[in-house]
Amino acid sequence: MNAYEIVLKSREKGRPTALKYIGKIVDGFIELHGDRRFADDRAVIGGIGYIGGRPVTVIGIEKGSDTNGKIEHNFGCAHPEGYRKAVRLMKQAEKFHRPVLCFVDTSGAYCGIGAEERGQSEAIASSIIEMIRLKTPTLSIIIGEGGSGGALGLSAADEVWITETSTYSVISPEGCASILWKDSAKVAEASECLKLTAEDLLRLGAVEKVVKENGFNDEFYERLGRDIAAFFAEKSEVPAESLVEARYARFRKF
Amino acid sequence: MKFEDIKKFFFKKPKNALEGSEENTSERIPEAGEPAVIPDKLAEKCENCGQIILSDEMAENFGVCPKCGHYKKMPPRARIAMCAENFAELFAEEEGGNVLQFPGYDEKLAALREKTGEKEGVICGTGEIGGVSCALFAMDYRFVMGSMGHAVGEKITKTFEYATEKKLPVVGFVLSGGARMQEGIVSLMQMAKTSAAVAKHGEAGLLYIAVLTDPTTGGVSASFAFEADVIMAEKGALIGFAGPRVIEQTIRQKLPEGFQRAEFVQKKGFADIIVERKEMKEKLAALLKMHCAEVSA
Ligand SMILES: [Zn+2]
Repeated sequence: MNAYEIVLKSREKGRPTALKYIGKIVDGFIELHGDRRFADDRAVIGGIGYIGGRPVTVIGIEKGSDTNGKIEHNFGCAHPEGYRKAVRLMKQAEKFHRPVLCFVDTSGAYCGIGAEERGQSEAIASSIIEMIRLKTPTLSIIIGEGGSGGALGLSAADEVWITETSTYSVISPEGCASILWKDSAKVAEASECLKLTAEDLLRLGAVEKVVKENGFNDEFYERLGRDIAAFFAEKSEVPAESLVEARYARFRKF
Repeated sequence: MKFEDIKKFFFKKPKNALEGSEENTSERIPEAGEPAVIPDKLAEKCENCGQIILSDEMAENFGVCPKCGHYKKMPPRARIAMCAENFAELFAEEEGGNVLQFPGYDEKLAALREKTGEKEGVICGTGEIGGVSCALFAMDYRFVMGSMGHAVGEKITKTFEYATEKKLPVVGFVLSGGARMQEGIVSLMQMAKTSAAVAKHGEAGLLYIAVLTDPTTGGVSASFAFEADVIMAEKGALIGFAGPRVIEQTIRQKLPEGFQRAEFVQKKGFADIIVERKEMKEKLAALLKMHCAEVSA
């Protein structure tokens, strides 16, 4: 597949969303709602459950699977409240020494009047700065679209993994083509130039691991669940200060 | 005040290039106007009201139009000259490169360097404001509208790391249309890198004042711009996550007058202080003194 085909694949109808991963990988998930300030943003799902027998805080950007779901979850475009809910749950995880797992799948944070009025910039900035200094193990997995700052808000983690037909980019190829070349037809070219595929991202050091998808069969979720459990088992042995320092170095290299 | 300094930086024209030429405006965030500078340097046309203003008068007024009050964008060295004494530049050697081999980007960078006489879109260093030593950074609208790629992120990160080591407050003059898209994911990672450095500086108990100037949007707004202890916003500055045109396209309606302007941002609770340009130095000095001077009761 070329880069543009991967872009299309990452947005494909029927692709598993965060809730599907949570259902398959997390045992006894209890969802926790709301940012305690304004609202419960359904574009961001959060809660606690078990992975490999260990309680983990799980946060996911959910796009919705059918029409009603897409509307409920605002197509995975979070408002400031989504990021503020995520920060609340991360700080809660830190307090109880639970690892944090994020599933990232968004074309970007929502652009709109309410989002601006309620400080979308501040919400994402706070999410990045809180997550990057969190004193507990963190892992983010990009499972579809990793769209710009809206994705980074939940990806300032110890490691970032990506499934093989997902993307992670500073701008959509459509946006890039239209701003840079004033030609939205050059989307395929922009997709190549942006180096947004899993393979490119691994080479650039933006992700640590590319997860084979195998058509998203049961074996895929079992293997991913085992890998996540092993990752948290290893990181839970590391002192929190060392985790934070290693995370600093991870992002400092860019 | 060092009007001569400010004037010099306002009108500094390296070689045969003018600010606001076609090339400079070709691919930046389209909302912001580019100053129209008349090359003889004696007079210029206000980009807002169109009146001809003597350049000396404009510089003495810190780039605020004496006829209509419009704020012209300030190049970073003029901004620093306006607010700080004894500026000593740091990390001047830092320059970005074409990390993704993005087509046309090498040429673009070379042209911008030629045009501005600067290597990249931010100037960093140390100086004194009201007698208080601090680390400073000021972003450059002439460099793809202050967009953040590796070099900009690296210089700002180094400024915070330096300030942490030397126990200095940081004053940052923020101006950015967002990410440097030709640097792709590397550009996005600068948001995390700078945020981590801001966090460390803050954990050391040190003060960071961000002065958000026109425009502060996109990735920069969603990282170090809004991570400061005190957020100042220059009068009238456009401040937001998404640019107004993107929002209008998304919601298919016209935005209300004053939307995302500094005054709106303050009203919504996201900016501490709105400052006029002429009082900026004084306000910064007062805040720095409250945090950094010895208490003598
Ligand atoms: Zn005017």
